[in-house]
Amino acid sequence: MPFREGPLGDLKVPLTWTAAVALIVAAVIAVAFLLADRRETLQDQAYGVTRQTVDVVAKPVSGAIAAPGRWTGLGLDYVRSYFFTAAENRRLKAELAEMRQWRDRALALQDQNERFKSLMGLRTDPPIPMAAARVVSDSRGPFANTRLADAGSERGIQVGNPVLNERGLVGRVVGVSRGVSRVLLLTDIASRTPVMIDRTNARAILTGDGGPNPKLEYLRGVDPIQQGDRVVTSGDGGVVPRGLPVGAAVKGLDGRWRVVLFADQSSIDFVRILLFKDFAQLADEKALQAKTLPPVTTEDPQTSILSVPPPAATPAAPPAPQATPTPPATSTATQPKPATPKPATPKPAAATATPASAGAPR
Amino acid sequence: MSMSGARPLNPGRWLGVPMLLCMLATVLFAAPIRIWGLQLPEPVFAMVPAFAWAMIRPSILAPFALLLLGLFLDIFWGGPTGLWGLSLLVAYAMVLILRNAMTGQSRPMMWAWFAGVTGVAMAAGFLFTMLDSLAMPSLLAVFWQFLVTALLFPFAHRLVDRFEDADVRFR
Repeated sequence: MPFREGPLGDLKVPLTWTAAVALIVAAVIAVAFLLADRRETLQDQAYGVTRQTVDVVAKPVSGAIAAPGRWTGLGLDYVRSYFFTAAENRRLKAELAEMRQWRDRALALQDQNERFKSLMGLRTDPPIPMAAARVVSDSRGPFANTRLADAGSERGIQVGNPVLNERGLVGRVVGVSRGVSRVLLLTDIASRTPVMIDRTNARAILTGDGGPNPKLEYLRGVDPIQQGDRVVTSGDGGVVPRGLPVGAAVKGLDGRWRVVLFADQSSIDFVRILLFKDFAQLADEKALQAKTLPPVTTEDPQTSILSVPPPAATPAAPPAPQATPTPPATSTATQPKPATPKPATPKPAAATATPASAGAPR
Repeated sequence: MSMSGARPLNPGRWLGVPMLLCMLATVLFAAPIRIWGLQLPEPVFAMVPAFAWAMIRPSILAPFALLLLGLFLDIFWGGPTGLWGLSLLVAYAMVLILRNAMTGQSRPMMWAWFAGVTGVAMAAGFLFTMLDSLAMPSLLAVFWQFLVTALLFPFAHRLVDRFEDADVRFR
């Protein structure tokens, strides 16, 4: 039976009211979505399946749309380089002359640095593997600053990995799907990055606000910063490795210290994603998981303080050597002598017994 | 007089097509292009239907279409889910309430209304972002997006013109 012929057929509800109810229901759904959102967290599961699906679909579409733009840019670069070759040549020559001085200085410093490192026995961090990717879409609004890069979980990228371009830090990965990853830029309002001022080692938190220049918050110390100071990542918290270039400090119109990002100076086409998870990754895992323990390099066990109590009479002995050169043999020579092959056996035994038990403590 | 004017409007035409066009324009303007160091602007194309749909007629489907559009914006731009859905619904509600005052006004006046409604949506977005992220977005960045979005009024005007008289019951 059609609805119109039923008992409710004559019921007339004004469209304005039903529209208002629909509006309220839609608004409630939107509020629920907003309250449930956790996009800024480093948890993989916070990046829902819907977002992953949209990213996977958006990648080829945005990639196809971005391609003509990229080609146009390359064409413009070609034309520009053709017309401005002479001027560019002059500039490059001047730059090269300056760079030669810097090269000599860098070589001298490198040499000095190597010597210091060997003197101090300093162990530097091993290089971190990275994956190169192309940016296919870029959002620049005040409420979201993210990019879509065309490399994903198949390249080993994980949530939290830092992203750089050839000049400096760009942001970090907040969502990964197959073949695509979402990068939260340093300028996004949800972005917080521990940084330090290179000159003074003063720590701060780089806080995005949707504008082009993120703020430096929680800056500590007496006169910690000056105009033009280089800002690098501090590595605090273990999310980002230490020492990645971020930008230069400037004082904003509002009186706050802000950072002009180095990454903004170059094209935004290509990025490098550091496959950095945490500091545990920097340790030599292979050495840690070695099945054999290093050989015991202590002195003879018989001479150890654990096996033989120190002779109480030794304080009295020192005057004796002055009398005759031979007496010391009576008190001290007795200890090395019993060092027969018997106590020495634990050494090879320890080496052979460990393979079975080495895994237990780990 | 034929009764064709009394037929309900096909939702696919006045809701579906503008929605798809908005999505397409958003994807298009998200291209990572930089010319002379300048990037493309990022207008909120969804403001066009948010304004026009409420002007054309009150509807049950329009708020949900707007919610879908807002969710798409949030997910595609990587923002907090629900932010643009809610902001667009605030703008839609405002137009729906002031609909009687707005209809029949001159084009410049309507443009001013559109800019005002866009301002309300941006202010709502600003407020919700503050509550969600516990941080204040850059006012300058908000202003730029407001400016480029307010320039989209001709599209909204065209959409209103196209469907305003399509159903005689809502004249």
